[in-house]
Amino acid sequence: MKERAIIIGAGQAGAQAAQTMRQAGYDGDILMIGEERAPPYQRPPLSKAYLQGELAAERLVLRPPAFYEQQKIELKLGVRVCAIDRAAKLVETGAGERLPYDKLLLATGAPPRRLDCAGGDLEGILYLRTTADSDALRPVLSLRGRIVIVGAGYIGLEVAASARKSGLNVTVLEMADRVLARVAGKEISDFYEKLHLDAGVDLRLGAALDHFEGDGRVGAAVLKSGERIDCAAALIGVGAAPATALAEAADLRIANGVWTDEHAQTSDPFIWAAGDCASHPSQIYERRLRLESVPNAIEQAKVAGANMAGGAAVYDAVPWFWSDQYDVKLQTVGVSEGADETVLRGDPASKKFSVWYIQRGRLLAVDAVNDPAAFAISKRLIAARRAIEAKTLADPDTDLKSLVS
Amino acid sequence: MPKITYIEHNGAEHVVEAEKGVSVMEAAIKNMIPGIDADCGGACACATCHVYVDAAWMEKVGKPEAMEESMLDFAHEPKENSRLSCQITVADSLDGLVVRLPEFQG
Repeated sequence: MKERAIIIGAGQAGAQAAQTMRQAGYDGDILMIGEERAPPYQRPPLSKAYLQGELAAERLVLRPPAFYEQQKIELKLGVRVCAIDRAAKLVETGAGERLPYDKLLLATGAPPRRLDCAGGDLEGILYLRTTADSDALRPVLSLRGRIVIVGAGYIGLEVAASARKSGLNVTVLEMADRVLARVAGKEISDFYEKLHLDAGVDLRLGAALDHFEGDGRVGAAVLKSGERIDCAAALIGVGAAPATALAEAADLRIANGVWTDEHAQTSDPFIWAAGDCASHPSQIYERRLRLESVPNAIEQAKVAGANMAGGAAVYDAVPWFWSDQYDVKLQTVGVSEGADETVLRGDPASKKFSVWYIQRGRLLAVDAVNDPAAFAISKRLIAARRAIEAKTLADPDTDLKSLVS
Repeated sequence: MPKITYIEHNGAEHVVEAEKGVSVMEAAIKNMIPGIDADCGGACACATCHVYVDAAWMEKVGKPEAMEESMLDFAHEPKENSRLSCQITVADSLDGLVVRLPEFQG
């Protein structure tokens, strides 16, 4: 009988894994199951061009419908998987189907963390992950009044930028004393704070939300300090949590997400995992990482797909990320956590500069603002694990290109 | 609809009819042209939709902006006629456009 691979999750990682399996010559059946009704699509524009109405839904699709037909990838959409029976090697769907698999990929992603506070369920309190979420947020942008955004991470700040472009008043609440505190250094936080303040965002640092008030629909956010901020809507961007419920119930190993080895394999030899839901051992960083980014989803899914097709690929790509806010593009290479030195190259006032994060003489990460050359060069340096001295980087006369030639 | 010809590194030619207003990258993805990855989906962030514009079309297509030009510097084998296809918008004036694909994106 023909082998069957099932992919749980029809997002960026699921789509990539299916494609890679076919490219690697897998000739079994491939069934991809997604909770949303849409075929795999891009999520990054949901806080930017799609939200602003500049990009139609059909332009978000990752592959045209003909691709799945041609590649014999069966899509089962609008269906939730409720359980994995590892002993019987089958998955159970919400519709009561029991679907046998020979190989299984978990590409379940990382949905937004929910706020647990009084009034948190009021109408007009929104999260952002899906096209439906973005569709619900779009009409808010043309309201008069104010949106309160909880959390100054990428999602919160990108939505703040989109909302200001539409002329909506924006208050951003951040518990930490700087924006992007979890992912970037102080130089980057300073720059983005100024960028948003200049655009008219009411940015509150060290501000904790207590609860929301409203009669059916949200009307105000109340801070721990007692201050009350009237608002027509709220957007919650307080991070994402890996979707591990299925894996946990199936007793797969969990380690800040679904545990995988360097081959994207879980603790079960017939199950792989990729994308936001999975953690992996990074050789570059010598520790386990779980990354929430499109490039990670693509690269890890390529490894999972190749290995599900019988290969022995190893995942050790250099992490990278991007964020577009107003007219500024941030490209990040690597993970800066643990840096003991930072070097600033260029002048933030010029809106083109880069911040280099170093740990014991080793380049860990770079944040490049409107500076693709710094991005591209640092990607190569980190991949090559090249030793680099802070004073070389700090010297404005150092030609970055000479470092990789 | 404007016609665009994509020529793979191995010489295989694909002629597609592209909708006006979309990018040359999007038209390639929609028509399943192998050799254009477009990892970032058109955000000009990744340089994996690199193409070489046919000499006859270079003037009409125009030059890259500064951000794109810097990204192209680090693409695989950039040349004088390199562009990121996500930054070229399909228009009537580009009917007949010919682009060639690099050996790989990267």
